[in-house]
Amino acid sequence: MSVLVYTESEQGKFKKIAFEVSSYAKAVADAMGTSVTAISFNADDPSALGTYGVNKVLNVKNDALKTFNASVYADVIKEAAQQEDSKVIVMSSSANDKYLAPLLAVDLNAGYASNVVETPVSTAPFQVKRNAFTNKAFEILELKTDVKLIGVSNNSFGLHENNTDAKVEDFSPEIPESGIKVESVDKATDKVTIADADIVVSAGRGLKGPENWGMIEELADVLGAATACSKPVSDLGWRPHSEHVGQTGKPVAANLYIAVGISGAIQHLAGINASKYKVVINNDPEAPFFKAADYGVVGDAFEVVPQLIEKLKAFKAQQ
Amino acid sequence: MKILVCISHVPDTTSKINFTENDTKFDTNGVQFVINPNDEFGLTRAMWFQEKQGASVTVVNVGGPETEPTLRKALAIGADDAIRVNTPATDGFSVAKQLAKVVEDGGYDLIICGRESIDYNGGMVPGMLAGLLKANFINKCISLDVDGTTAKAVREIDGGKETVTTSLPLVIGGQKGLVEESDLKIPNMRGIMMARKKPLNVVEPVATDAETSSVKFEKPAPKGDVKLVSPDNLDELVNLLHNEAKVI
Repeated sequence: MSVLVYTESEQGKFKKIAFEVSSYAKAVADAMGTSVTAISFNADDPSALGTYGVNKVLNVKNDALKTFNASVYADVIKEAAQQEDSKVIVMSSSANDKYLAPLLAVDLNAGYASNVVETPVSTAPFQVKRNAFTNKAFEILELKTDVKLIGVSNNSFGLHENNTDAKVEDFSPEIPESGIKVESVDKATDKVTIADADIVVSAGRGLKGPENWGMIEELADVLGAATACSKPVSDLGWRPHSEHVGQTGKPVAANLYIAVGISGAIQHLAGINASKYKVVINNDPEAPFFKAADYGVVGDAFEVVPQLIEKLKAFKAQQ
Repeated sequence: MKILVCISHVPDTTSKINFTENDTKFDTNGVQFVINPNDEFGLTRAMWFQEKQGASVTVVNVGGPETEPTLRKALAIGADDAIRVNTPATDGFSVAKQLAKVVEDGGYDLIICGRESIDYNGGMVPGMLAGLLKANFINKCISLDVDGTTAKAVREIDGGKETVTTSLPLVIGGQKGLVEESDLKIPNMRGIMMARKKPLNVVEPVATDAETSSVKFEKPAPKGDVKLVSPDNLDELVNLLHNEAKVI
């Protein structure tokens, strides 16, 4: 009956969201008077999940799971859920988790709630609060099935330490065949991704041209942030499509979102609104972004950004 | 190749989002409805398959009669025919069940959905449909080519992309990248005239139990005013981010 949490790792290391969903699962387990079981694939140190309240880890070591495959992963998680007789399964909102969750939901006849932003409103009936209408509203959704699947919105719950002695058990599931073969993966490993970043630095057409992105990258570097851009910038080819954030691009749910030279079209704001704090730097005081931001600087990006970099460097040096 | 493009009928991005009946229902009053943007990228890619590879393209929506103008727009863009499953779309699983029946009856090889609708943002229908059909599934698909029964696709992953090969029958959750924004077609007068004569078949739903139900909606608390910091006093911004927001 324990709450099952799927903890994503990459090259043996848990992603930050693995700790966040573990923290969340612990809160749900407490509310339901049960324990937390995690399932992890090829993680170097599965016991690390104990820090966030996990009681038991089903540890799968299998080379067949080295590359993500949604239907294969879903099948293995299903086996774990059935072994543990779990009624609540928790995962994140990463691209991979959102890919496999609906497949798992069908396999387990589970109701699925994605983009869940806090611990369940109630556990009987089972109701959760989730983002809807592209962050313009919340929906209270009731899951009426015996088994419930929750996708936690990234960065919505945070990390909560809850030191527990996690018991690590080997788990050797059957690995099914898959009709999908990965040919190649193209991923920059040295850069923090928009999905994983605590801070995202984003820039728009106000930068006038792709040659001016050096200062944006430097600002991101100082903050350990990911870089992003507005839609016109990616449409113009100034920056890769993978950096486009907004309604039809990537969603951003960072702790801090810094927008430089972005006017704040509604489609852009819809995609980034889940971020906790927003800073806008723009020379047009009438830019709609100022209405959506927490902090604003009305000024020329080419003067403000280099100065801000210097201030932040000085601040970091003191820390 | 028989392609089915699943179309969500959603409020235009710029719509005001309000609720009625004690915040239990979305207020459609004065709201302009459009083809879900993620679906429109997929529909446009389907048009390419129609033109270059002789594929047939059917569009489908699960919803009431009020969604028909959206299906007509898809026909005006170039789909050959349309199906409306006559039941309100309330729960992702139920919608996937209805679509699975349409796929089984029609024998479609390639089912193109958007990765998520911009209203409920559930992001579950494509995957559930694939699960129900036991078909191959690619989510966040940003490039798709089909040769016979073999498909080559690129999907977006966090921080990059992945190229995969698979085979039909295939379900994709598509998004921008399948085609570019500039490839999207605005229906011309001829398309609109032709769309009026194209078949739009209404089929009755299969029995299914909803797995979830919407209890109510809430709007986010109104945001406070922006705190403006002078460009000559950026120390103050650093101070606010550190001491007030506590994000650096």
